[in-house]
Formats: sequence, C-alpha cells, structure tokens
Amino acid sequence: MVEIWTNQILQGVLLGGLYALFAIGLSLSVGVMRFVNIAHGDLIVMISFVLLSLTGGLGLPTLAAVAIVIPISFVGGYLLQRLLLQRVLGKDVLSIILVTFGLSIVIQNALQGVYGADIRKVGGGAIETATIPLSGNINVGVLPLVIFISATLLIWLLDLLLYRSRIGARIRAVSDSVATADLVGLRSARIYAIAMAIVGATMAISAGFMAIWTNFDPTSGPSRLLIAFEAVVLGGLGNLWGTLIGGIIIGVAQAVGAQFDAAWQVLAGHIVFLAIFLTRPQGLFPKY
Amino acid sequence: MTASPLLSIENLSVYHGQFRALTNVSITLGAGEVVSIIGANGAGKSSLLKTIVGQVDRTEGAIRFEGADLRGTHTADIVRSGVALVPEGRRLFPSLTVEENLEIGWEVGRRGDIGFDDVYRFFPVLKEKRRQLSRELSGGQQQMVAVGRALLANPKLMLCDEISLGLAPTIIKDLYQIIPTVRDRGISILVVEQDISRSLAVADRFYCLLEGRVNLSGRPADVTHDTVVKHYFGL
Repeated sequence: MVEIWTNQILQGVLLGGLYALFAIGLSLSVGVMRFVNIAHGDLIVMISFVLLSLTGGLGLPTLAAVAIVIPISFVGGYLLQRLLLQRVLGKDVLSIILVTFGLSIVIQNALQGVYGADIRKVGGGAIETATIPLSGNINVGVLPLVIFISATLLIWLLDLLLYRSRIGARIRAVSDSVATADLVGLRSARIYAIAMAIVGATMAISAGFMAIWTNFDPTSGPSRLLIAFEAVVLGGLGNLWGTLIGGIIIGVAQAVGAQFDAAWQVLAGHIVFLAIFLTRPQGLFPKY
Repeated sequence: MTASPLLSIENLSVYHGQFRALTNVSITLGAGEVVSIIGANGAGKSSLLKTIVGQVDRTEGAIRFEGADLRGTHTADIVRSGVALVPEGRRLFPSLTVEENLEIGWEVGRRGDIGFDDVYRFFPVLKEKRRQLSRELSGGQQQMVAVGRALLANPKLMLCDEISLGLAPTIIKDLYQIIPTVRDRGISILVVEQDISRSLAVADRFYCLLEGRVNLSGRPADVTHDTVVKHYFGL
C-alpha cells in the first residue's frame, strides 16, 4: 500500500515538472511583464503542431525539430510583442486580455483549418517507454524524469538570466515601472520584446515535451493555460521556483486524486489549487 | 555664457491634453553653467524637464541641444546624446540593488570619464550598500542613487528635478555640495527647485516661472531677494 502511494506521489512530482514547463513562460509574462497572456496555452499547442509537421511531414528527428522551433519561437515571441501586444500594453488591464483572448480564438480556428480536429501526438522514440526501476512496483519513466530535470534546469537558467545578467536587470527595471524606465532612457518596448522572445523559447521547449508525452488537438490550449495559471498563482507571482513548486503541488494532487478514482484526477488538482488560493491568495512564495 | 549655448529653448509651449503647462518659454544654458529654474508648485518646472527629455508629445517651439532639435527624439537617444535626468521623487527601481540601479545609468548613457568609483567617492554610503535593494534605503540615500545613476550616464547636461524634496536639511546640504564638483567635471546643470535660497546659491543664472511663463531671469547677484519672491508668487 505504501509502495502504491509512494509511486503515485513520485509520478505526480514528475508530472509537476511538465506543468511547470507549461507555466514558466506564463510566470515570466504575469510575474515580470505584468500581463496575462490568454493565448499562452494555444501558442504552446501551435508550436506542437509545427513540431508535428516537421517530424511527420518532413521526417525530421524530434530533437532536431525542437532545435529548429526554439529560435523560431524566440523570434516569434519578439515580433508578437512588438507588433501586437505592445500596442495595447499599459492602456488598461482589459485590452491585453481581450487581444490575447482574440489571439487564442484565431490560433484555435487556424489550427483546426490546417490540421483538422483530430487528436495528435509526436513520436519520441524509445525514450517514451523507457523506465528506471527503483524498487518493487516503483518505476520512473525516463521521459518524465528528463522533463522534470529540464524544467529545473530551465528555471535555474532563467533565474540566473533575470537576477545575474544586465538584460535581466533591465527586464526587472521595466517590470518595476515602465514610466520610470522610459524617463531614464531605457527602451521599455524593446526590453519587453526581448522578455517575450525568452517566453517564446520556453514555450517551444514545453511544446516539445508536451507533444511527446501527451496528446493534443487544436483546442487543447485553454486547458494547458488553466494548469499553467494555477501553477503560477500557487507559486506566487514573479517567483520561478515557486512556479515549479506550484506545478508539483498540482501534479501530486492529480496523481493522488487519480489513485482514488481516475475521474478525480483533474478535479483534485483544481480543488487543491482553490484550497491553497483561499488561504494564501498571494501564493506560497510571492516575490512582489 | 558661450556664443552657441549647449541648450537653447525657444518659444516653447507644452500641452497636457487641453491644459497648457508652458507658454512661450525661452531659456538658454551654456557649457559649464549651472542654471536654476525656480517657481511655485504647478509653475511648469517639471513639465519643462520632461519635455527636454522627450516625455511630452504636444509641444510647440524648439528645444536645441548642441544645435540639434530634440523634439520628436526618443528619450533613449536624448540620454545617449548627453542629457540625463534626476527625476522628481527619485524614481528608482525598487526591486533592483543599488548597484543595478547605477548600472542602468551607465548602460543608457554615453561613455565618458565618470565611473562607479567617482559616484562612490561622491557618496561613500552607496558603496557600502551597493548590494542592498534600493527600496531598503533611506530617502536621502535613494536620492544619492538617483543622482549617481544620472552621473553614470556621463551627461553633458544634468537635469535635477527637486532633488531636495522631502529630505532632511543635512542630506540636502550634502547633495547640493556635489553640484560645484560635478560642474568642475565639465557637466552643465539645470536645477529645478521650489527652495529659492538653496537653488540660487548654486546657480550662475536663474529663470523664474509663474503659471507656465518666465516672468524673471538673470544672475542671482543682480536681483534682490524681495524681487525674486515677488515674481515667484506673482505679487
């Protein structure tokens, strides 16, 4: 019995790594750039479909396809910010929500038009089924472990970038006050675009892992956004490590819920989120 | 004053929506000069500085810095050309350390003689607190960071907007003591203040603003205190 629960919790922790990967980009846009990108999940799903085309259509190896979409997403994030999001940022809270909501709908419909409504998945090769036996009935999947380690590494790298680099200091300065940044001569629009480019690169990484580990279809975005949003809020705004912990909490809650009844898996995550949110609305480790 | 001024403002009018904050203001400032802009609250002093650094869209007239019209120029380019602002209310980045705040000034400005060692020599306390978040500093120390940030941009012209506001007299004295030192490094200074005595004591020339118009200008030694006070309050 103990072994079963240990296994479920372990699988939940690893699932939390994937959720944290979904949420890292959102954590940057909500916590640092101070806006909610409703299209966050849809952008990840869109990149997953691009990966599907590169692997299925062109026959590229998955790793090579991910290596191609990371720089493309970086540039895409930059352009998205400069050409669309920057135009409404700072006007009022509703404008950016409406624009990204509209973007979400456009992406979903475009994906349905191009790829149809079928559920898809990208082949990951032998890594998908490889496991490491720990003891008895406890096994750790290599892919979930790689995802968890990648999430941790990515957060560490982003933390270094934000708190130990010049561009990180500039991003935090603009996050503190766009008006002051402009007043002293920082180019806030360009800095925001660079931050969004970084968000784009993190989306590509999470899309790569999501496309291999889970199924997706053109309407999967909002459910990914919801999980990501919960992880960000649970962890506390602006705290990337908090986002990882938020993801783990939701992952463990889902795994434990599923142990009682498979139908409870998703609901258990939301219930735990609500319970923590009610007692600590500022999140567990808020930076601001 | 030199024949060709470093800063020349000609018939400048500035609008905030329907409200006209400045009307036909003309001001010159030569290289190496310290010029004070005095005026009561709402006289248009801060609007003038914000307009110089390109933060106000609706303007008429001309603002020339080294002969080039600054109107329509991005603030970042104005700073890069040699104009740095010490904004009213310090306006530091609270989640950045003292050193990171200073680095912002260094990065946005032009390369020049003034480095971090100079700033730490002007304000030794900042060296001790360089790893602390700026929001943890006292008001006076925060003002030192704001001045240091502007100096590290290596400006030819430094704009100081009410640097004494809300500070203890001893701190104000310390801040004003560096103005002659800064001028000796070849930096011209435009000081905006409500405090008449403090402002005129460091200035070569001054302009008094009343309701957005210049109503008195000259050298502090050439006018009596009473004359300045009368124009300051529009009596």
